[in-house]
Amino acid sequence: MKTLSKLEKILESGKFAVTSECGPPRGVNPDVIRKKAELLRDAVDAINVTDNQTSVVRMSSIASCIILKQMGLEPIMQMVTRDRNRIAIQSDILGAAAHGINNMLCLSGDHQRFGDHQKAKNVYDLDSVQLIQTVRHMRDEGKFLSGEPLDGVPGMFIGAAENPFADPFEIRVPRVSKKISAGVEFIQTQCVYNLEKFEQWMDGIRARGLHKKVYILAGVTPFKSVGMARYMKTKVPGMDVPDELIERLKSVAKEKQADEGIALCIETIERLKKIEGVSGIHIMAIEWEEKVREIAEKSGLLPRPKV
Amino acid sequence: MPCTGKVDVIHMLRAFEAGVDGVYLVGCEEGNCHFLVGNLRARKRVERVKKILSSIGLESERLQMYNLSAGEGTRFVEIAKEMTEKIKNLGPSAIKLKKEKLENPA
Amino acid sequence: MIIGEGKPIQEILAMIADKKKILVVGCKGCVTVCSAGGQKEVEILSSTIRLAREKEDNPIEIREETLERQCDPEYLEQMRSYIDDYEAVVSLACGAGVQFTAEKYRRIPVYPGINTNFIGVTVEQGVWSERCQACGSCILHKTGGICPIARCSKSLLNGPCGGSSKGKCEIDPDVECGWQLIYDRLRELESLELFEEVVPIKDWSTGRDGGPRRIIREDLKS
Repeated sequence: MKTLSKLEKILESGKFAVTSECGPPRGVNPDVIRKKAELLRDAVDAINVTDNQTSVVRMSSIASCIILKQMGLEPIMQMVTRDRNRIAIQSDILGAAAHGINNMLCLSGDHQRFGDHQKAKNVYDLDSVQLIQTVRHMRDEGKFLSGEPLDGVPGMFIGAAENPFADPFEIRVPRVSKKISAGVEFIQTQCVYNLEKFEQWMDGIRARGLHKKVYILAGVTPFKSVGMARYMKTKVPGMDVPDELIERLKSVAKEKQADEGIALCIETIERLKKIEGVSGIHIMAIEWEEKVREIAEKSGLLPRPKV
Repeated sequence: MPCTGKVDVIHMLRAFEAGVDGVYLVGCEEGNCHFLVGNLRARKRVERVKKILSSIGLESERLQMYNLSAGEGTRFVEIAKEMTEKIKNLGPSAIKLKKEKLENPA
Repeated sequence: MIIGEGKPIQEILAMIADKKKILVVGCKGCVTVCSAGGQKEVEILSSTIRLAREKEDNPIEIREETLERQCDPEYLEQMRSYIDDYEAVVSLACGAGVQFTAEKYRRIPVYPGINTNFIGVTVEQGVWSERCQACGSCILHKTGGICPIARCSKSLLNGPCGGSSKGKCEIDPDVECGWQLIYDRLRELESLELFEEVVPIKDWSTGRDGGPRRIIREDLKS
């Protein structure tokens, strides 16, 4: 055990992990995030807190993580390299560690073109792979990037994202290997809809033995409607939604589509659980946190282990 | 001009600077340029000058490009009439009026 | 070369609104090749300004010149004999040329007539594209001759990100994914092992982030 992370404990003990996520509010009210997080209590092991996702300004991930921590929950602080240079990154890592945050997800972040501040200048002093290196260096070497020693070390369990459905497909396994070389300990994937392609990717992961070097949590997102499925397919970059899923949602009455979306999500989890090398599930119910417990329950993921 | 392809942006602008009310370029039929793309280039330059004229508040209709073959005398007459009519409707160019005022102060 | 494009005419007209006698100066370097600031563009801009001012009943006198380069002192010197006759200069050089002109002639204002965009190439007649961001520490030998800093929208050194789709960047289906290009090229060169090397955290101090840069060559200095 390298950290005090509950997520690390669960994964290290060989148990199947479940995580979910919360998007912070577009305002100053902490009750918004408290309400969302409360819905996830005991339904998941740890909760990702997004960092200005899709480049839309929200309450900071670090502040929201502190709120979760105060509630006795286990946050995974997402951090993008889009908005901070290495000075701010290291400083925020120290601050998060001081507040007892033990998990971090290292991301490059969506380009600001998608957000509400398209005229912004992006930073990208580091990329996501280098962010992994940075946290690892601070934690294991006890040093800043400058080489100067730091007082105490941030006990972060280090994660990253990977999108098995982005192009070019051939590099999606090598890219995981690259992140492992940089020091990543867990991977949360993009939402899996195309199971065949995901299995193909996992074959590649196992062929290189990477599943033994990193914990892979497969991402799922339930569809609320056929409209959402179509939007994900056509508008969200790097998303692979097979036509038959859209057909299936279309085949049921509009008021039943949400239930069908949940059913579909549960079936997906059932299949993901059986794939060798998948160590957990990451349920991203976008603005639908109240459904996470039901999904976890019906997928046989409850109760969550006490560690 | 040996070809409309030889007409440059500045030639058209200078004509307007000199105070003309309208300019039209007559090139060969598209696809029949002796120099292959001379008339196509001319059309692009005409478009650029039209944009310039609009950007400073002058009527872009004062500039036109036509394509016809050397054998089409009657069509040429029609075009000349059409253009004259158009310019008459637009009235004298603002540049010409200012120039006249400058040369013959009341 | 340095690629630029003409500023909107209304922006230029606003700069010179109170001037009666100006100098429009082009540059025969990069901006001539990309048709933004050479002799032709000097003529067109000057003519447009005269037309606009004539129309407003506020004529302006313009001298048109095009220097060999505006980034070398010896060519700028050529304006010494007449520049004092004018109230302002509109320079059609890149940002470097505009500034150098202003540095050499301090009595009158020097205005930019073009926007300087990037260091790039002529893809075809009328189409230019960015290739280099002058970071001061070239890594093209590791990336198949394709620069991730200039070509990836996030300047990722270990790309591509999850937004690469069918060879295109997530920001725009018309933008090629720089890392897809790198991958394709490394494969052609049978050097895919380079892809798995983690590119270390970059020293950006050789770039703009180290402050205005200077190169001094003692062997060439007078």
